[in-house]
Amino acid sequence: MSQVGLDIVVCVKQVPDPEGPSSSFTVDEENVRVVTSGIPPVVSPFDENALEAALRLKKAGGGRITLLSAGTKISNPVMLKALATGADNLVLVQDGSLDYSGTDSRSTAALLAAAIGRMDAYDLVLTGRQAADTNAGQVGVGIAGFLGIPAITFAGKIDIAGDKVVVERVLPDGYEVVEGPLPLLVTVSHEVGDLRYPHIAEIKRAKEIPVARWTAEELGVDVKGEKVTELVGISAPRISRRCELVEGDTQREAGENLARALRRDGVL
Amino acid sequence: MTSSGEHTGVLVFAECSSGGNVTRLTREIMGLGGELADLLGEDLSAALIGSGLQEPGRELVALGAGRVYVADDPELSTYNPGLYVPVMRDLIGDARPGIVVFGHTPAGQDLAPRLAFEMGTALTTDCVKLDIDAQSRRLLATKPVYGGVGLGSYRSDKSPQMATVRPRVGREREPDPAAAGEQVMLSVDADATGAALRHVRTVGEEAEGVRLEDAPVVVSGGRGIGGPEGFEKLEAVAGLLGGAVGASRPPCDLGWMPSTGQVGITGKNVAPDLYVAVALSGSSQHLSGMTDSGKIVAVNNDPDATIFTVADYGVVGEWSEVVGGFTEALRGLLSERE
Repeated sequence: MSQVGLDIVVCVKQVPDPEGPSSSFTVDEENVRVVTSGIPPVVSPFDENALEAALRLKKAGGGRITLLSAGTKISNPVMLKALATGADNLVLVQDGSLDYSGTDSRSTAALLAAAIGRMDAYDLVLTGRQAADTNAGQVGVGIAGFLGIPAITFAGKIDIAGDKVVVERVLPDGYEVVEGPLPLLVTVSHEVGDLRYPHIAEIKRAKEIPVARWTAEELGVDVKGEKVTELVGISAPRISRRCELVEGDTQREAGENLARALRRDGVL
Repeated sequence: MTSSGEHTGVLVFAECSSGGNVTRLTREIMGLGGELADLLGEDLSAALIGSGLQEPGRELVALGAGRVYVADDPELSTYNPGLYVPVMRDLIGDARPGIVVFGHTPAGQDLAPRLAFEMGTALTTDCVKLDIDAQSRRLLATKPVYGGVGLGSYRSDKSPQMATVRPRVGREREPDPAAAGEQVMLSVDADATGAALRHVRTVGEEAEGVRLEDAPVVVSGGRGIGGPEGFEKLEAVAGLLGGAVGASRPPCDLGWMPSTGQVGITGKNVAPDLYVAVALSGSSQHLSGMTDSGKIVAVNNDPDATIFTVADYGVVGEWSEVVGGFTEALRGLLSERE
């Protein structure tokens, strides 16, 4: 462990804004992909929660935060905004082959673990509980596996107590408290809280931060060779129904008519 | 790496409720695992890890498991990856199943990736469909991607092939009390002292009334509800219908509703007989958790809201007015029936 405070690595994935209207996502069945238009890239929301957790730990006990992102085309403004919330370093692993079909959870975890292993120091590695595009929720645990460190999933709260990390792990009807040693990987859930907004002055500071750029080859990772799953098809879910619009002279009456329509059709 | 030919059969990771019976989701994935085993002409088995497992062991045999592997030890009563991973890893190493199916539960979501990475094999999480590819006889695992905008199907050449499955995907089979099947007791060295992670305690936030996942009617509100007071009105409607109140993500993030009430890809998947969506627009991540509901009602002041495209009944208007009228008429109709 380092002398003062923790060295925290936060893995951030760039995704098309999942809050964008569903009309901006098109399923391209022939080419087995989802095409997006007119929506900006963002940091995957759970990764933002992971960064917020890191910022709070840094505030409480000092330390350094390194952002790590891998992908094909990583947007400067997206990473700059994340850096400006209070992170210290940025490592990008950029490679044309690291796209949706060229990687899977295992190869991504291998790549990120190799990048983390190359860093001078790491005590705590944070990832989002799952990415907004693949929704797989595997990479965090995979990174820990490759690094040979323990992992705790679905954190709603993270505290440091001496040389231990105390995590509230989110459950469907509450939470469980789990303790782990450092170094440790924790996957973070949205219960941690939203990522803060950067101060204007911080954006200037973030622009000065040198970016470390590594490639899969430099890291000695055969991304294709690590891949174990193949995306073989993609289709649009057929969920649309015929909606009967219920009306009334007033909105209140429309509500009354809704109850009657449900009774008429035997729903109630 | 072993070749796929050496792996055979379908293994289901079974989970028990606090009452000591196997969970509904376990019964569902036993049904689903049985269908896959039938398609392949192979055997169905189950892995049961916990404490005091005689009754659930018998239940799993009745549900079609030719063999139930049981790891029964007081130390295993709560899910702990440090103890569960070695048990499953050794079992899979010995039994060599072709497919391993988990529920998409807190334990399944944690355990399955750990095993997959350790064994160098493939896992598809949050599946809404499992099938056998007719040509390759490999598992085809289908799951929502991009928050439910698309359904991606995944296949792997590595074995065993693993998947976690959502609730309400598999069909329960009628238990057969006369079914033949053996229970194999696994020798366990469950010593938590050596594990890196320590489970300190579990804190329940059990909601009052009907559980969201089991409710026949769910009344959900979105950001448009405006605050916690609004959710009290939805409580009244849910109470009249014997249902539960849910929410999209914003009300939970804003603290109007406990996060245990969230419906969607990162909350709960529900499929009640009737789902009433009030003042929520229908983000894909929310839709992904409720579109299997029997009938869907949408109330929203925006006629172009996505929620209307998945609804059977819709009212365009201010939610408080519409729900006010709805509640009043409902009271009348329900008293008529009695």
